[in-house]
Amino acid sequence: MLEVRSVTRMFGQKAAVDNVSFSVDSPAFVGIIGRSGAGKSTFLRLMNRLIDASAGEILVDGRNVLALKGGEARAWQAQCAMVFQQFNLVPRMDVASNVLHGILNRRSTMQAMFSLWSRADILKALDILDRLGIAEQAPKRAEALSGGQQQRVAIARALMQDPRIILADEPIASLDPMNAQIVMDALKKINVEDGRMVIANLHTLDTARRYCDRVIGMRDGRIVFDGTPDQLSTGVAREIYRADDSFNEDATSTSIPTDTRADRSFADVMLS
Amino acid sequence: MVDVAFGPEQGQRPDLSNNREAYLDLVRRKRMYGGILLVIFIALMASGWSLAEDRNAGGFLEGLHQIFDFPAEVFAEAWQKLDLLPGIFIAHIPALIETLNIAAVATLLGAIAAVSLSLLATRGLARWPRLIPVFRRTMDALRAVPEIVIALVLIYILGGGPVPAVIAIALHTGGALGKLFSEVAENADLKPVEGLASVGANWSQRMWLGVIPQVAPNWLSYALLRFEINVRASAILGFVGEGGIGHDLKIAMQWGQGRYDEVVAIFLLLFLTIVVIDQVSDHYRHKLVKGSQA
Repeated sequence: MLEVRSVTRMFGQKAAVDNVSFSVDSPAFVGIIGRSGAGKSTFLRLMNRLIDASAGEILVDGRNVLALKGGEARAWQAQCAMVFQQFNLVPRMDVASNVLHGILNRRSTMQAMFSLWSRADILKALDILDRLGIAEQAPKRAEALSGGQQQRVAIARALMQDPRIILADEPIASLDPMNAQIVMDALKKINVEDGRMVIANLHTLDTARRYCDRVIGMRDGRIVFDGTPDQLSTGVAREIYRADDSFNEDATSTSIPTDTRADRSFADVMLS
Repeated sequence: MVDVAFGPEQGQRPDLSNNREAYLDLVRRKRMYGGILLVIFIALMASGWSLAEDRNAGGFLEGLHQIFDFPAEVFAEAWQKLDLLPGIFIAHIPALIETLNIAAVATLLGAIAAVSLSLLATRGLARWPRLIPVFRRTMDALRAVPEIVIALVLIYILGGGPVPAVIAIALHTGGALGKLFSEVAENADLKPVEGLASVGANWSQRMWLGVIPQVAPNWLSYALLRFEINVRASAILGFVGEGGIGHDLKIAMQWGQGRYDEVVAIFLLLFLTIVVIDQVSDHYRHKLVKGSQA
């Protein structure tokens, strides 16, 4: 389904993404972890074609999406939705309009510019908002919503795109623990119920353990870990974050502690 | 605990003694630049004064006391004929409307050109980043040529009347507003634009939906200020045969004594027009900005 082959992105002499290769066969929930500057965001931006790669290929059903140009590249962007850390909504426009922006690529420029959306499109946007539990916010300006609500609007925009893949760049990094959980639950539900692949950059290890089917660890632009959440031990995490023995992943954890499989395995590690 | 906040190497803290020296160095350099600027400023003032003295052949100081003679003469005559002023006002209203019309159409056309030029010339937003210098120089060129020069050339080609005036003012407005619009757009938040780019929106969609909503209040306020300026420009163009209230003003001034009441009336009309435009524009701008915060 998705095959990443030796993707590299240089910024001057520095490789932000360095020869990254992996493949995903099923619509899995893939988490990418690593320190700031490890190349996680750059990689997602490459995939969405917000920036260009210096080398390599990303094959989606055998087609190299990095080679697409102009309108074809934009058509790919429409199939590969992106959720940002800072939501990246249009603050002065209402919530439903922001969701409708998800189909900009499939409607004419004039239709979008003058908000001449069809009844079916508007109803679809409202349904998606309803699914995410924020239908009553539809007429409000996006900037009037809380961070957690805005991120759900951003996810609604992504769903409006009817994407094959959802890329989430630190989707919960600027949210409080409660909202972070709501947003991650929503992404997981979309992944499981709709069968859409989700690739999310995550900051906290327990989030990665709890929600992901697979975790990729990046350091200095390279993949240094690729495995299941169970394999993501504290020792492995230390390697990924290049930390020494004083590294305590609980010290900065922002998630609500719950009794999950991941937490138990973490407890096991600590006891052993 | 290892402090990983400083740089890539663990536990390495910046050398504070070096930092202190570096900062003091920075302060010294800033003060030096400030001093150099002051010296340049004083030198410019001094050379300007001596140049004015040389060219003026001493007439400047001798003529200084006469500077208020002409206005005094004008106002004295207008004061005597105060009862005639309302009638003169009404007589000049059609000419004023023509002047306002020229200014309004020119501002509108210039603003439309400025919108496209500014977006094409703004870093981070431009459709073709390599052509940014081309669009910037185009705006510079449009701004550099005064309206009156363009108008005089166009009068030879197209004859007198409002059309050359509209074209002349619109061209200048396109360059002037384009520059201001571009500066506003430069400060626009790029996150919404990036969000729109990520769904596959094309350039016009990104600009219209991501940038324009952010910059609209400031753009409108600059456009209305430009309209004020253009009313004045349109009046000046009347002096060179473009019609409107400027033409009336020129005739009244040339006539001299006996028609000074008319001169005062026309100036008052222009002044009142500017005040009204200012008030109206203030009102709508506030509405637009407040509306965005609701």
